[in-house]
Amino acid sequence: MKLKTLSAFALTSVMALTGAAAWAEDTIKIGVSYPTPTHAWAAGMNWHAEQAEKRLEALYPDIDLVLINSPDPSAQASALEDLVSVHQIDALVVLPFESEPLTDPVLNVKKSGALITVVDRGLSQPGIEDIYVAGNNPELGRVSAVYMKGRLKDGDNIVVLRGIPTIIDNERFDAFMAEIEGSGINVLDHKHANWNRDDGFEVMQDFLSRFPDIDAVWAQDDDIAIGVVAALKQAGRDGDGMFVVGGAGMKETIKGIMEGNELVPVDVLYPPSMIATAMDVTVAAFKSNGPVAGRYILGATLITQENAASFYFPDSPF
Amino acid sequence: MSAVTTDYEKTAKRLSFDLKTAGPAVALVILCVIGFLLNPAFLSEGNITNLLTRSAFIGIIAVGATFVITAGGIDLSVGSMAAAIAGVMIITMNAAIDTMGSGVATVLLGCGVSILLGIGAGWVNGALTTKGKIEAFIVTLGTMGIYRSLVTYFADGGTLSLNFDIRGTYRPVYYDSFLGLPIPVWVFIVVAILGWLLLNRTAFGRYCTAIGSNEAVAKYSAIKVDRIKTMTYVIQGFCVSLATIIYVPRLGSASSSTGVLWELEAIAAVIIGGTVLKGGYGRIGGTILGALILTTIGNILNFTDMISNYLNGTMQGLIIIVAVFLQRGDWGKSRKSED
Repeated sequence: MKLKTLSAFALTSVMALTGAAAWAEDTIKIGVSYPTPTHAWAAGMNWHAEQAEKRLEALYPDIDLVLINSPDPSAQASALEDLVSVHQIDALVVLPFESEPLTDPVLNVKKSGALITVVDRGLSQPGIEDIYVAGNNPELGRVSAVYMKGRLKDGDNIVVLRGIPTIIDNERFDAFMAEIEGSGINVLDHKHANWNRDDGFEVMQDFLSRFPDIDAVWAQDDDIAIGVVAALKQAGRDGDGMFVVGGAGMKETIKGIMEGNELVPVDVLYPPSMIATAMDVTVAAFKSNGPVAGRYILGATLITQENAASFYFPDSPF
Repeated sequence: MSAVTTDYEKTAKRLSFDLKTAGPAVALVILCVIGFLLNPAFLSEGNITNLLTRSAFIGIIAVGATFVITAGGIDLSVGSMAAAIAGVMIITMNAAIDTMGSGVATVLLGCGVSILLGIGAGWVNGALTTKGKIEAFIVTLGTMGIYRSLVTYFADGGTLSLNFDIRGTYRPVYYDSFLGLPIPVWVFIVVAILGWLLLNRTAFGRYCTAIGSNEAVAKYSAIKVDRIKTMTYVIQGFCVSLATIIYVPRLGSASSSTGVLWELEAIAAVIIGGTVLKGGYGRIGGTILGALILTTIGNILNFTDMISNYLNGTMQGLIIIVAVFLQRGDWGKSRKSED
């Protein structure tokens, strides 16, 4: 504890000297903190954050964005401390690893006077963030169900592959089932495929052995959908108007939609680029003449052949 | 006095032997009956082929794990190793497309890379354990983390995908059949037979058992303990590379979520099959049954909606414990031989 205080003191004094120069230029420093990407969606987010950094810094010479990713919640908490003490940020854009352990660290950043933008995952205490940007999980389920209802008729059968058992998965699933209810479409069964291609493949194989008549599949996620499509092709049941609805907006899936893929004709957006939206809004808080604080819930847009091009980023890893 | 005890132990062992051998088989048969009762489609040809093909990955890896565990070691790195090898295979094949085209040669190159990497990675695990004198648990825990993060790095956090043209050439390795059985199942069968011969009919197999029972005694009996132990890890690595070679054509992709928890499934298959975790006794036949049991559990759970999805792990855990209890269960007669 003593050592920590001492080093913090030493650090502050050094900062006071070197920081004086930076202050004079009057740059606006914005810290951007998110988990180290370990899966494709997060890698896409990382890519979009880097793109937004380049674009915004080119647009506003006095804006300095500092991107930091952390491999676990406690590392992210330390990264937030560093953003305040070393970089003396004016605003923070944060996608918390987990809500609970990061609520206090973000609160501490707020106490330093910085503007707080929270992305995707809320904090466990209300009122900390000035700006909130997130995708819409229930809407993703609802939009998927609306599309299913448009394509299927009374008495048709579907199966559902779910993600990892979490609140996100429950929100999507419950909204989907609520929208499907009363439509006459039978949901034969639902199993967890953990947002994973291999699990999607195996669960779908078993559904195909178990149910001789399936008309469509809600895979909820583009990775699961890839496994589902492989299983359908293996069993030779990819024809007869069979279709699969995934979700998220993976570039390969969107490319397929642009090319008119009949098996995966649409996708429902849950965009990793939401981090870029959050960075834009945060910069706007310093640059816009309009008010900016508030909650931004992004739409779960249905991506079809007509609008697919505007969601296609061939250079992104996702 | 001691002669009498040995005789007693021998009879005790003979009595319990039947149950020990039959344990996993009985468990598998019971599972299949349950599956059939839940849904007759369980025994359809399509489902049986799916089950066998799916078991091939874990099964092949578990054959290698049987050697490692019999010789008193453990390898936690196999799942990550499979993911890293799959990643490098895909990168190599994609890169070779310009010079070698998208034909069989490129696929063979990928397979060659896989085998070299598997053997190399196994040798590293073995050498660090024997020459480096670090516990196998720590060595392979370390390499597990290394391989897992390497595949994440290669894929830039995302997913590595095999070029579409090569996929066409490579696809039959997973999806095609020979004499009615899918090719992965044939690979599984060949690996199982070779593994059984190696463990039960060669000096190498006896050395593995001897080292696992008592390493010091094995050393004094002029067994080259370090070399044999390293060889078990090399065999394990080779098995992982074979499993990867039949895994990659399935979906043509590798990511950080590839092969997650395969190490635990492989170890579970080995132990369910009757091999002793602390070494000294190994059974390839049991391992095969163990792998089949594990896949069947998952399959059956997908065939019913009677059990909440959230309780899948509970069912798996219960069945694994019951299966091991069936064969280890102290049925009164073998108690004294356990000490």
